[in-house]
Amino acid sequence: MAEREQKRKPRPETEEEVVEDVPAGSESGDALKAELDDLLDEIDDVLETNAEDFVKSYIQKGGQ
Amino acid sequence: MAVNKIVGIETEYGIMVRGSADWNPVSASSLLINSYVGSDVGSVEDRTAPVAWDFIDESPGADARDALAPEFAMPPEVETHLVNAVLTNGARYYVDHAHPELSTPECRDALSLVLFDRAADLILADSMIAAADALPPGQEVVIYKDNSDRKGNSYGCHENYLLDRNLPFGQIIGLATTHFVTRQIYTGSGKVGSELPGFTARDVPYQLTQRAEHFEEEVGLETTLKRPIVNTRDEPHADSNKYRRLHVIAGDANMSQTATLLKVGTSSILFAMLEDGAYDMPILLDQPVDTMHAVSHDLSLKAPLTLDDGSTATAIEIQWRLLEQARSWADRHGLEAVGEECGKLVFERWERVLAGLESDPKSVAPWVDWLAKQRLLEGFMDRHGCDWDDSRLRALDLQYHDLRPAKSLAARAGLEQLVSDDDARVATTEPPADTRAFFRGRCLQKFADNIVAANWDSIVFDVGEDPLRRVPMLEPNRGTASHVAAILEESASVAELLDKLGA
Repeated sequence: MAEREQKRKPRPETEEEVVEDVPAGSESGDALKAELDDLLDEIDDVLETNAEDFVKSYIQKGGQ
Repeated sequence: MAVNKIVGIETEYGIMVRGSADWNPVSASSLLINSYVGSDVGSVEDRTAPVAWDFIDESPGADARDALAPEFAMPPEVETHLVNAVLTNGARYYVDHAHPELSTPECRDALSLVLFDRAADLILADSMIAAADALPPGQEVVIYKDNSDRKGNSYGCHENYLLDRNLPFGQIIGLATTHFVTRQIYTGSGKVGSELPGFTARDVPYQLTQRAEHFEEEVGLETTLKRPIVNTRDEPHADSNKYRRLHVIAGDANMSQTATLLKVGTSSILFAMLEDGAYDMPILLDQPVDTMHAVSHDLSLKAPLTLDDGSTATAIEIQWRLLEQARSWADRHGLEAVGEECGKLVFERWERVLAGLESDPKSVAPWVDWLAKQRLLEGFMDRHGCDWDDSRLRALDLQYHDLRPAKSLAARAGLEQLVSDDDARVATTEPPADTRAFFRGRCLQKFADNIVAANWDSIVFDVGEDPLRRVPMLEPNRGTASHVAAILEESASVAELLDKLGA
């Protein structure tokens, strides 16, 4: 099975493309960490205060 | 032969009234929708007079298995007394059970659907603003695009696919089951903890999907209890001699546009392949329900899944095999059925997302909700030195799905946009040009005062004299801009329009 799977993987140039052209927003190393830090700063700002009550009070009736 | 894969999504949203200890979800949902329909939030000049939904053709109890249906299966109920509006973009906006629900207009392909799904997000966001005016100070209706309250209650994001009636339902079941179970690796929206009896948060601190744990059966008609992976509702909302509408209840609502594209696009491609008789190497899972749960619980993506021949394969491997067969189908049959440009984009993203999940899952976080959310959760844990049992992580998990722009964490998670919000804003009031939704939407824009009721496959007009005139729309590929735009443009009155249509 492992051999059969091997054939199904994308062509090498496609894999390269994945590395070069990762989805927007992805960067490497320090830039990525700085971006995540900024993001976490923002989350700290907007995250619901009193998380415990917020989570407890989120009760939905069942649906489809 | 593959028919055009016209698609739509129905999303049931989570709802809360903040600042009130005593609120009712049905009233809050009604208030939300009525406020939107009656308001001009979003600078919409002519959203629509609140035209009522016409229930005459609703039969959600019809079962695709015909006489095989279990005698005691519980068909879904149609709740005709609740708020129901038809919008000028061709969508239906209504209260279902205890949730606001929006069904997109019929879309010609998955990329068009991404646009109208994003338009739906904007409509819900506008609705929250409009509803605020009707509530006492300090109260606010808040909408979450998720599928679970994490306490055992689930509500759905249903997909609909137009299929050839000649395709036997039995053939659909095998492929649909295998795909719905394994596509979870890129369609999951992520959930902190587990709702499955016998599993604790220690066993499952985080999982791929919101919905998987709420499925208990392989095939069935139910949607609210004992949910089946393959739903057998046989209600085509179209010519039933020609078409079937496959009603899919097994997916998560996605914040990631790429996830929506892939969820609907890969499924469209695989069903078209099946219709063309090109599913040459069927893959069947041994225990689909348990496997669905196992895939959702497996953050490593490496769990071996047992197939019916006793061999094993990972979800990624199974997806590669489906992708390979789909490519072979596309080489022989072309992509017309799924939309030429859209089909190419889906194949490209499908391949890259599988390659990314295999080599470096974090690299596809901008496309995959559960990975984008996991990045936020793990970053938060690192920063604050907390563990999975911290309630702030559960708050973060919920707030990822908050549709208020100022509060949405998904909007901050670095997800790639496939459609612009400017285009989505237009799509909140303008119908798609390339399905029958165009006729519905344009008629509502121009002749709302003369429309008594509308539904998926007909519009009832009042031309000022008895009797009312029902215009059937049983062909989803007709009523497009190229068919009726000129006639609609030229008609000064409904009577003239009906004359020109020969109705």
